[in-house]
Amino acid sequence: MAVLTDRPAAVPARRQHRAARTLATRFLGYATLVFFGLVFLYPFVIQIGNALKTEPDAAANPLSPFPDPLTLAGFERIFAGTNFPLWLGNSLLVTVLVTLGRVFFDSLAGYALARLRFRGRSGLFAAVIAVMAVPGVVLLIPKFLVLNQLGIYNSYAGLVVPLLADAAGVFIMKQFFESIPVSVEEAARIDGASIFRTFWSVVLPMAKPALITLTILSFQGSWNEFPHSLVSVQDPDLFTLPRGLADLVSGSLGKGTQYPLKLGAALLATIPVAIIFVVFQRYFVRDANDGSDKG
Amino acid sequence: MATETLTATATATGSSPRRRGGGTRRDENLAGWLFVAPVIVILGLFLLLPILMALWVSLTDWNGQGSPFTGDVPFVGARNYTQLFTEDGLARRDFMTSIRNNIYYVAIVVPAQTVLALGLALVVNNRMLKGKSFFRSAFYFPSVTSSVAISVVFLFLFANSGAVNALLGFVGIDGPEWFADSRGVLHLLFGVFGVDSPPAALADGGPFGLSWWDWLAGPSVAMISIITLVVWTTSGTFMLMFLAGLQNVPVTLDEASTLDGASRWQRFRYVTLPMIRPTTFLVLTLGMIGSWQVFDQVYVMSQGDPAKTTLTPAYLSYRTAFRDFDYGSGAAISFVLFLIIIVLTLIQRRALAERDTDRPRRGWRRRRVPERS
Repeated sequence: MAVLTDRPAAVPARRQHRAARTLATRFLGYATLVFFGLVFLYPFVIQIGNALKTEPDAAANPLSPFPDPLTLAGFERIFAGTNFPLWLGNSLLVTVLVTLGRVFFDSLAGYALARLRFRGRSGLFAAVIAVMAVPGVVLLIPKFLVLNQLGIYNSYAGLVVPLLADAAGVFIMKQFFESIPVSVEEAARIDGASIFRTFWSVVLPMAKPALITLTILSFQGSWNEFPHSLVSVQDPDLFTLPRGLADLVSGSLGKGTQYPLKLGAALLATIPVAIIFVVFQRYFVRDANDGSDKG
Repeated sequence: MATETLTATATATGSSPRRRGGGTRRDENLAGWLFVAPVIVILGLFLLLPILMALWVSLTDWNGQGSPFTGDVPFVGARNYTQLFTEDGLARRDFMTSIRNNIYYVAIVVPAQTVLALGLALVVNNRMLKGKSFFRSAFYFPSVTSSVAISVVFLFLFANSGAVNALLGFVGIDGPEWFADSRGVLHLLFGVFGVDSPPAALADGGPFGLSWWDWLAGPSVAMISIITLVVWTTSGTFMLMFLAGLQNVPVTLDEASTLDGASRWQRFRYVTLPMIRPTTFLVLTLGMIGSWQVFDQVYVMSQGDPAKTTLTPAYLSYRTAFRDFDYGSGAAISFVLFLIIIVLTLIQRRALAERDTDRPRRGWRRRRVPERS
């Protein structure tokens, strides 16, 4: 009986009839959850375990999460034998700049498209929607061409500037600004506040949930960004983490498979996003559903 | 830079005490354009302009030396495109191989991730289970991690002495050398029935320069490992979409059908499934759009090998341009891929627009998923 307590609306007459089947359903439900929980999480467990193994141990017992013997040699070599610290620095720089840029520029544009009446607004919004549909992978060669032409290929500018605004972020902000009541802004405007001031000190503070969402999305997006770094830089000193990682895998390491090292480096690259995910989970969840319009 | 201009203009207009009427209109016009200016500049410069430039380059034989916009670059018209479709040669063979690979990839990834996502959503949506939010997060977590980092993990899982082969060993199966195995799965299946080499009818003469036998290869064993990775990473996202769709199924409807004596399968088939049809359509189309863009995983895990069986149009365009320095042909491949994806997107948007006119528009707040179920 207790199983149904979380559903007070259930029709009492049917309870007894369903009790036995309910138990079976629950058992099956939990079994499914646990099975898929393992499928989705065990690869990460294996990753952590094997990053702490010796190379022969990782090759002999790939499934075991327990290192025997436990060694930090892989991690030592990440920091001593590769350019990992440099990639980490580059990734941090790019991520911070891109996130700041996107949050500011996207909310400015989102606000204008939601609230300000200016000529060409609806056309611009249609353009934003169209741009969202442009798949990133077909832009590889085009982006390279324009960076090359502008003379910022192989520079921090080339790595950062093209990512400073994104159409999906503009869309998210516009949707949000449209959902907040216009009366507060009107009051501020009547009191003589300028448009930018109204936006900056009245509207933005009300947009905190959307701003957090956008910050997280931008952080995650630019931290994980790979194809753009592939076509915007070629100098190993400008590699970001994903680029450096891809380089490690494609054989810049020399002899042996060196899986503990590779898994460790991949692990370190995953940790920041994992932390953000655990802390701000509900914002991620919201994104996935808003993503329905993004294409 | 742009920030300062904005602040400056904004404060300048703000200092004027008379701001009602026509003045406000003009202010808004100016402010509106200033507010969108940075986004217009960035997207225009790094999205629109480059597409036009690439369109030009796809009509030339530019090899990466100097600027592609001078008279020295040989203009070849539509030849880069005709080479992909009508002229027999390596370019067409590679391109058609990549199209074949991607078709099989889509044919497996899209149904697999949709079914898995729906199944997970149904279980997580079950009101009788506790701890669902933990599992929901667990299923979704792979979607937010770096595609490169996760590809590294799967390289290890599918290594010759890796976890997958160790698991297969438990059940007595001698696992393949995943990333060295170019055999097509359909070919392997034909082999089970004793058809090891192409029958005369299929040995040649297929469309676009590939023999029928090649078209019917199926995804290679190596491709299967990439497919596994992608299904594993994307199912979580689509599960969340299905969850949102399932929230719209009224509990009373479910109850009523139970009272009417509908079995669990009948309820799923005739109540739930029709109610979430829009979500299913969304997941299917988003899946198709996404699967034509597979690139990162191919780059990290296989680079198109073995025997070009993991080559996809996206990776082929990259390789043609940046490895073979044939930017014209690479750009042409990009545009064909662009066309494929745009057509899929248009189909999706048209259907979504029809759906949206069927029901009232929902605002931002309503679109939220309940934080914890």
